[in-house]
Amino acid sequence: MSQGWDAIVIGAGPAGMAAAATLAEGGARALLLDEQAEPGGQIYRAIERNRSNARLSAILGPDYRRGAALVERLRASGACLRFSSSVWRVEPGAAVWSRTNGMATLDRARALVIATGAMERPVPLAGWTLPGVMTVGALQILLKTGGLVPSGRLVLAGTGPLFYLFARQCLDAGVEHLTLLDTAQSGNIPAALPHLPRAFTGQGWRYLAKGAGLLAALSLGRVKLLRGVSEIAIEGEERATAIRFRTGRASHRLGCDLIGLHEGVIPQQQLPRALGCIFDWNEGQSCFQPRRDPWGASTLPGVFIAGDAGGIVGAQASLHEGEAAALAILAELGRITPAARDARLRRVRQARDAHLTARPFLDRLYRPGPGLIAPPDHVTICRCEAVGAGSLRRAVARGALGPSQAKAFLRVGMGPCQGRLCGPSVTGLIARETDRSEAETGYYRIRDPIKPVTVGELARASQPSASHRGD
Amino acid sequence: MTGSGYDLVVVGGGLIGAAIAWGASRAGASVALLDEGDVAHRASRGNFGLIWLQGKGVGKPAYMHWSLRAGRLWKNLAEELGAATGLDIGWRPAGGLHFCFSEAELEKRRDILARTHADGGEISMQFLDRTALRDLVPGIGPDVAGASFSPEDSHVSPLYLLRALQRALQDGGGSYRPGTTVTDIRPEASGFAVATPAGPVRGRRIVLAAGLGSARLAPQLGLSMPVEPERGQIVVTERVRPCFPYAANCLRQTAEGSFLFGSSHEEVGFDEGTQVATAADLCATALRVLPGLDSAGVVRFWGSLRVMTPDGLPIYEESSRYPGAFAATCHSGVTLASVHAFDIGPAVAAGTLPAAVASFGSGRFDVQAD
Amino acid sequence: MFRRIEPSAPEGGPALTFEGREIVFYPGDSLAAALLAAGIGALRQSPVDASPRAPYCMMGVCFECLVEIDGRQNQQACLTPAHDGMVVRRQIGARQLP
Repeated sequence: MSQGWDAIVIGAGPAGMAAAATLAEGGARALLLDEQAEPGGQIYRAIERNRSNARLSAILGPDYRRGAALVERLRASGACLRFSSSVWRVEPGAAVWSRTNGMATLDRARALVIATGAMERPVPLAGWTLPGVMTVGALQILLKTGGLVPSGRLVLAGTGPLFYLFARQCLDAGVEHLTLLDTAQSGNIPAALPHLPRAFTGQGWRYLAKGAGLLAALSLGRVKLLRGVSEIAIEGEERATAIRFRTGRASHRLGCDLIGLHEGVIPQQQLPRALGCIFDWNEGQSCFQPRRDPWGASTLPGVFIAGDAGGIVGAQASLHEGEAAALAILAELGRITPAARDARLRRVRQARDAHLTARPFLDRLYRPGPGLIAPPDHVTICRCEAVGAGSLRRAVARGALGPSQAKAFLRVGMGPCQGRLCGPSVTGLIARETDRSEAETGYYRIRDPIKPVTVGELARASQPSASHRGD
Repeated sequence: MTGSGYDLVVVGGGLIGAAIAWGASRAGASVALLDEGDVAHRASRGNFGLIWLQGKGVGKPAYMHWSLRAGRLWKNLAEELGAATGLDIGWRPAGGLHFCFSEAELEKRRDILARTHADGGEISMQFLDRTALRDLVPGIGPDVAGASFSPEDSHVSPLYLLRALQRALQDGGGSYRPGTTVTDIRPEASGFAVATPAGPVRGRRIVLAAGLGSARLAPQLGLSMPVEPERGQIVVTERVRPCFPYAANCLRQTAEGSFLFGSSHEEVGFDEGTQVATAADLCATALRVLPGLDSAGVVRFWGSLRVMTPDGLPIYEESSRYPGAFAATCHSGVTLASVHAFDIGPAVAAGTLPAAVASFGSGRFDVQAD
Repeated sequence: MFRRIEPSAPEGGPALTFEGREIVFYPGDSLAAALLAAGIGALRQSPVDASPRAPYCMMGVCFECLVEIDGRQNQQACLTPAHDGMVVRRQIGARQLP
């Protein structure tokens, strides 16, 4: 059987767009798949539509607008772009099953680039399932895609670069009632300081300057900011109406209309885990990430992982990681010589590394606190199956040693989100209860389909009419 | 537990080991159940959850009678486990349907029933044509010609059953030790010593119920466990409002509402992987029975390894070289859970095996010399 | 809960119905964004504990925004573009077979 595509890239964020463009520019037959209807990923959501919207572009800022050039480059590259297509299964040897308009499609390729990006770290706390509670990333997506701005009393709780960036965007968009509850622990600042000198090298100073600018704007904007916030609990019946929390010894209660939660981002694990890639625990970023070589090759032959899906690096570094994976593939395809690959890779990696100098400082500064990983017993951990932290603790005390047994006994991770929003919490809590590391505790075994497919679509998937495109 | 150790050590914390361990503990023995860690081949995860009696053991009367006894003891098992643990294990005694898509298939079922009766199997079973079936299952598909129905079949969540057995053992005073990979078993003067990473565990008697791991450990006890993996793939859907209470040969609805489709039988060694073609076949068959499931979302499909003996029947055996050492395996850990708990557990704790399983020794696989 | 940076959607623009109520939206809106902009709270009721749930992640991860769209149950509102004439209902509990 013919190999179809030279390479398939999954995810049209910075890493995926750069990978697909570089592959196509290098003469490879590249297919780019994304479940959204337009390119950009989450960071550059709706970038093409928003170019003509001066007001919104100004609010979203220059780092967002930078994505337009990459999209233009992608459009001109000749890569085949298939949007509104969700990948529900990938087999080693690069067979990619996707679903477009209710049809299952099988594509084959010699190489695969997984560029599925990041998701926000789950924030299990009392009341987080109530309507009116969303992630900060979700609120920002609403701003990017629909020009939607929170009205009424908005509370943002959490910490991290996106937390402060969105707060600033809210100010620029005219949000009047904004309270920021920063959950970063006071010990984070001294612990982060040793990483500060390196953060001024390379492009790192830009990230620091941007952060300083955000904080200055927020203080000028008379935003109410409380630091050292802990023990957050959200109240409400049909929707969130108030938020309780502590600062030091003081207890607080604020009435509110909308709450945004954010404790940083972590790699999306579903696809590489279902495929069988090996993962390691990244202590600095408090998350699992797939094991990769310097070019982004995973532990499976022909499978590359680029951008935040391989470990949180941010949009600019992600772009360069996409290019690096593409260069490695182009050389394997014989499209460029190893010497040309190495020369270009050196430049690409230099450019990438220049964007990573501030990362250790920021990771340490915004490290999630222990309350996030070990919430009280009454807090829901698995939203889909409504399983609480207490149930999990009791199962562990009864001998469920890891996520697989906890899943079998409690149904945690068995609902429609397939463990995406409870996996990190389940591993973290079991690790603490059994006094082991996250690496020893392990993670769910992720099963296909990793995106929705119906019984009928799957039943018809293997019939000859299921197209084998690219052949 | 005394200085010389437990009355009984059970190696293997799956459905078979947990049922035997709880049964022994319930009969008054001090029991330790040694289980693996979180990452293990667990046949219980691949069990479809049927307590299936109709047509079971045709032409093999000992197995048929053993299964029928198991089925009839299941009510006691479900009630006792429920009372002991407070857990709902999802047991649904609504009867079982074997769907047939042609008159020829129905004829085959009639023949199976006749042979069951000829072997002395007293099982209640009836045949439903399309019209009768439509009353039972309103959304039945046009391809279904009819079904055989036995009110004695039922189904259960294998995962909850395992959880309940382990918990009942713990609550009854037994010792459940997860994360205990057994490397070595040594017969001693008055019992057995099991080497584990946490030190030796001693017992007066021992049962090997380690599934595929038993093949490696059995020779140390003078036993033979010729088991091979057989892969089964299962598809599970999102929750659907309860509408199908029966056990069936190709699908069942769990207590939560998910439909399970299964299951395949593949000889692929220790490969736990999945294939779209197999999952597609399972879905297609389920849709012939219940076309209304077409738009239901698939949440997971997975493969797991069953433990198969050369003839597909269980092995229960005591070592002739080391009396007090037993081995047990089967691929019907759910159906037979009741007899494992009520018959095998107390028997092995007392150092014997029930007469009903006398023909299930592994000696039946020995090559005859002449 | 939300307002638009742009003035409100014009009368006579594309519209869908949610539980019988007409909702005007902007081209490019996801269904979830259109419903949030209209002030809709819960989009579904959990099949496990009947608690009200609403869009949480807006990027296809959390499956909290499941609704019934033109008769198709358990659809992700955040991944579905809003269309003129779409008929949308809350997803109450688990899927029902036809």
